[in-house]
Parts: sequence; C-alpha cells; structure tokens
Amino acid sequence: MSATNGQSTNGSTAAPKTPRTGGEVVCDAMLAAGVDVIFGMPGGASLPFYDSLYHYQDRIRHVLIRHEQAAGFAANGYARATGKVGVATSTSGPGATNMVTCMANDIMDSVGVVYITGQVARPAIGSDAFQEADVTGISIPITKHSYLVMDVDDLPRVMSEAFHLASTGRPGPVHVDIPKDVFLETTTETAPDQVNLRGYRPSKVGNARMVRKAAEVINASERPIIMAGHGIDISGAAEELLQLATRGSIPVVSTLHGVGTFPETHPLSFGMLGMHGLAYANFSMRQTDCIIGLGTRFDDRAVGKEDEFGPGAKVVHIDIDPAEIGKVLETDVPIVGDLKLTLQKLLPLIESRDRTPWLDQMNGWRRDHPSLKIPDSPDSVLPQEVVRAIYDISGGEARVIADVGQNQMWASQHFWYERPRMFFSAGGLGPMGYALPAAMGVKLADESQDVWCVTGDGGLLINIQEFNTLAAEGINVKVAVLNNAHLGMIRQWQEFFYEGRYMGAFLDNPDFAKVAQAFGLHGVGTSSRDEMKDAIAMAHEYDGPVVLDLHVDRVENVYPMIVPGTGVNSVIEDPR
Amino acid sequence: MNGTETHTLVATVADHPGVLTRVASLFRRRGFNIASLAVGHSEEPGYSRMTIAVEGSAEEVKQCEKQLYKLVEVVSVRNLTGAPAVSRELAMIKVRVRATERPGLAEITDIFRGEIVDVSKTSMIVQMTGAQSKIDRFLDVITEYPIEEISRTGVIAIARDDVGPRNGRARG
Repeated sequence: MSATNGQSTNGSTAAPKTPRTGGEVVCDAMLAAGVDVIFGMPGGASLPFYDSLYHYQDRIRHVLIRHEQAAGFAANGYARATGKVGVATSTSGPGATNMVTCMANDIMDSVGVVYITGQVARPAIGSDAFQEADVTGISIPITKHSYLVMDVDDLPRVMSEAFHLASTGRPGPVHVDIPKDVFLETTTETAPDQVNLRGYRPSKVGNARMVRKAAEVINASERPIIMAGHGIDISGAAEELLQLATRGSIPVVSTLHGVGTFPETHPLSFGMLGMHGLAYANFSMRQTDCIIGLGTRFDDRAVGKEDEFGPGAKVVHIDIDPAEIGKVLETDVPIVGDLKLTLQKLLPLIESRDRTPWLDQMNGWRRDHPSLKIPDSPDSVLPQEVVRAIYDISGGEARVIADVGQNQMWASQHFWYERPRMFFSAGGLGPMGYALPAAMGVKLADESQDVWCVTGDGGLLINIQEFNTLAAEGINVKVAVLNNAHLGMIRQWQEFFYEGRYMGAFLDNPDFAKVAQAFGLHGVGTSSRDEMKDAIAMAHEYDGPVVLDLHVDRVENVYPMIVPGTGVNSVIEDPR
Repeated sequence: MNGTETHTLVATVADHPGVLTRVASLFRRRGFNIASLAVGHSEEPGYSRMTIAVEGSAEEVKQCEKQLYKLVEVVSVRNLTGAPAVSRELAMIKVRVRATERPGLAEITDIFRGEIVDVSKTSMIVQMTGAQSKIDRFLDVITEYPIEEISRTGVIAIARDDVGPRNGRARG
C-alpha cells in the first residue's frame, strides 16, 4: 500500500505488496503530497482514472470545472495559496491542449502544478486515434518536466518525482501523460523512499564567501534598496526580509508577485515598482547605489530600460535558479540558494545603519508624487474606488485574485497587502481569464479566508462558464467586475500610443448580474457610488458566492505609467 | 554580435526517450545557435554524452549552459572551449573522380592522413578524422574535384586527463 495510508511504504520486501491500478497510484501520490483537491473534467482516455477517483471520494475532492483551462488556473490558485502542489486533470487531445495556457502560466510564475492527462491507449499512440494529440511534445517547452508513462511499473516513481519536481527548487508545472490502459493495469511497485534524480539538485544555502561579500556591499552602501520578488513567498522568507530591512534601515520595493511579502503599510515599504509601479518606487531605482534583488528575475515589466535601472548601482542577487542570475542585469554578488536559508546566514552580518538621508529623499518623492491619490469623479465611480472599498470593508484581510490588465494594476496598487499570499495574479504570461478559476482554487485552499476575485469585464468573459462551478460546488468567492465596457488596457494603449484609433477595444457586454442569476448565483449590478459600497458590504456578509457587476468609469487610465522601451525618466503621472 | 565564437559544450544526459527533443527545443526557444550536435553512448549505461558546438558570445553561452543544466535529464554540462581538451570530427566525402585523377586525390588524402574507404568506377569516398579545422582545410584543398556528397558527424570532445575534470555545474 501507499505511504498515504500510514503504512510502511517503500522498498519493504517483507510485507506483501498489494497490487494497485495506475489510477490508484496517482490518487495515493496526491495524498502522499498532502493534496486533497483535484480540478478537472473527465473524458474517454481518463475514465479509468475517474473510476479510481470515485473510490477515493472520501479523501480527494474532485471539482468539476467547465473548461479544462479553469482546472489549471484553479490548481495554480490552490498551489499559490497553500504552498503545496496543485493538481489538474483532463482527458487526452482537446482536454489536454486546453490546459496548455495554464502550463505556460505556471512556468512563467514559478507555480508547482502537476497535470495528469489521459492519453489514448498505448497500441493506439501514433495512429492519429480519436482525441489523440502529442501533448508531451507540446508541453516540453512550457513545463519544468514531463513524462509519458508507458509502463505502469514506472508510475509510482514518476508520480513521486512529479510532486518533488513541482514543489522544490524553483517550483513549476510537471506534466504526466498516462495512456488509458496504463491507468487500468496494476502494479506492485511502490515509490522509492527518496526521489533520486541525478540531474536535479536544487541549491540550499548560498555560498558562504558570496554571502559575506553581499554583506560587505550592503553595509558599505549609502542608498540600498531591496527588490522583493515572488521567491520570498515561495521560500517562506517574509520574516527574514522584514529583519533585513529593519536592521539595515533598507527600503523595500516589490515586484508584482512580491506584493505582500513585505507589509505594505510599513514605513520602509515603497510599494510596487515597474511599468505601472508607484512613481516613488521607480524614482528610487534611479538613485540607488545597491540593488538587493531577492527571488526576482528582473522581469522587463519591472525593470523597464535596463540602463536607466540603478545606473552604477552594485547588484546583489539571490535566487534559487542560477539561470536567472546575470540573465538581465550584470551582477556584482551572485548568490544561488534558497532565500530563507541564505538570508538567515546573511542577517547576522548586516550592520545596523542609519540611512536617514536616503529615506528622507525617498519619502520626499513619496510626498511629491502621491501615485495612489484617487481623483474626484462626480459623474462616475472610478475602478480604484472599488478596490479601496474592498480593502476598507474587508479590513485589508481579504485574499484578492486579480485578472490581467487595468484591473490587475489597480488591485495591486489600491489595496495594502500585509502578508504574502494575499494578492494573486498571473504576472508573467498574463492570461486574461485567470482570476475567476484561480479564485476558486484560492478559496478551496482555505475556506476560512475571504476571497475576492477582481476582474475586468473582458477577462471575466473568457472563463465565465465557471459561474456554473461556483454555483454547483458552492464555492464562496466574491466577484467584483470592474466593468468599463472595454478591454481597458487596450483602450489605454490605443489612446496613448495610437492617437485614439480604437480598434477591438469596445465590449458590448451582457448584463453580468443577470448572467450570474441565470447560473444560480447572487448577482447585483450598479453604477452608483453608494450602491457600490453597499453591494460590497452585502457581498462581504453574504454566505455564498456573489457577483457584483460594477459599472465604473469607461475611460479611466492606470497611472503612473512608464512608456514601454523607456525608463523612469519618462514616467506618465496622473495629470489630475 | 559581440565576441561571437564557437563554444564546445559536453553534456551528460539520461538516455531517455525525448531527451534530444528537450535539448533541441531549449536551443530553439532561447535562440541559441547550434553549429553541430553529436550524441552517443557514454561510459555509463543509461547515460549518453552530447557534444554541442554553440555559436555565441561568452555570456550567451554561459546562459545556454545554465539553461541546459536546468533540464532534469541533464546531469552535467562542461564548456571545453579554451580548456585542455581533444576534439575530433569524422567526415566522409564522396568525390567524383576519373581513373586518371585517383592518384592525385589519394596523394592529398594521404597528406591529410585521411583514408580512401571506397572506390567505384566514377568516385572515391574519403574518410577524414581530425579537428574541425583540418577537415575544413582538406575540403578547401580538393575544390578542383567535384564533390558529390559530404557527411560530417559534428565535433565530439573530451577533456584531457592531466588537468582532471572541471566542475561542470553551471554556477552564477
């Protein structure tokens, strides 16, 4: 039997081994990894696996999504909210290809998801059988690793490797493609006690000499700045980050995925940097003499023009992925290692220093460039106000899942996230339609948390079929639609960069409140400020999923904005 | 491109189906240029050795090594460029020659320490082993003969023993 049943598992030759089907092996591997939710939709090639799930219903909750893309995004939300591995499943061919976007999203955002896809039976592989597609061929460039399991005896080892790879080092998606007949066959093999992959040895603590050098560089700097990335969250290093900042009086800016890894109301927090980052966060990157990049890949949306990004500054870069170091910025102190363990070595070497002149300068920019001021708008509700109302009414305690585009930027800007895993969005790949299914995964990760999906009208329509899943499964997610009847970011770019030639930017939307009601959800629509706040308060109290169709200003832009291809010197601030 | 040259990477990879696809896919999607790629069994059962000649600047090739190392099935990567190493390529060249021209080609082949491995009424096949530059030079010298077909293995390389193996792990 498997590890999951608490019995001695592996390698024991004394106890007779009970044969398990391939489907049971997959279920046991999930339980061994502490995962008790699977998102998916069945199909011909995965029916034997669903027969195993039938027998594991008491231990594994299967959430039937209405499009396989939602399975992948929900598993992503579950993984990010729990720190465990998310699991999504589909059948062969079209079911599997529908999850391709999710895999690409996971690899960009370093999220550990295991994808179980059915494949046509082994004798049919390569024959252009019904619902056959070479999905492992498709998934190679967008997964951390992938397997096509041709022998059920390999499956216990493959499954334990898959969960290990997805969750360790730099996390990422792992795809396991299992032919229908492999699900059905039985094996007495068990997973090895320890995963042993010669080509995979993620680093632990960073090199001691480099850690000392990092401390020297940081201690000697007058104007250091910490750039906190997703790695802080993944490694669980928020406490170490707080200590590093406070001990050295070092200000902190975050990337989009770093939002919340440092408490955003802390005086040393200067918010998110980047294309739509706060002006003062970006100004500080121009003046700093030491960039301390922690668990970040210096993404182009965060960095902008490289030669205006910390010109002349020393770069200390700590990341678990050696390939990220030196990829974008020339690095003075490269450290490959787990952030938590490495920061624990670095902290005692950091001198307590007074950096008042630097902090005064940064606070001066904060005062003179108040990027988060919401302008007066007598005739329309501004989308920023909606995010601010959710912040106020939830007491800042809601988990917020943003979609992609303007809504994503406003949700990151106008809510102060005090902890990691409070703000979720798809940053790297940027797939619209992420928020609603991801919010389902975040909610099922911990149902005691309030979960708000903040989405635009365009992104909502991409996976709106998941209203059905919310209703059928009773998943208590609050959906706030920032409905501006446009693909807002497209409209903004066409206004700024294409002289207002709007093409494909306008959306002729349905009545989302009525759509929600038709799906059996509580739906409310409004365009008034008072009603908007009342609706958010109602949704906050309501015991069940709610959809708020909030008609906001149609032409509001996201500020500040750094024009693509330029640096912080050409930032566009809110003219009002 | 700045300082572009050909680098020789030697990778030890698990001998699994699809491993060549993974390596090729990586090079394609990251825009690295493969000049040649040779793969065969290594001294260890279950593992193959790939010799990859990559064109690029030192920084690009460093990044290429790191990305290669991220593949789970890649056990080690060594850059033998500039290191004490022996590298060889095998080429077979089918040359159209009349009977009267045979001695001339045989003489050049002999000078280059190649071998004539096949003779027909109208052609000869020359086998040439050596550094890539030697084969290139041989081909330059025999331009007076019409070449019918060339098949080259691409370079394979191995580090010299007296310095011991270099640490192949990609490091920042």
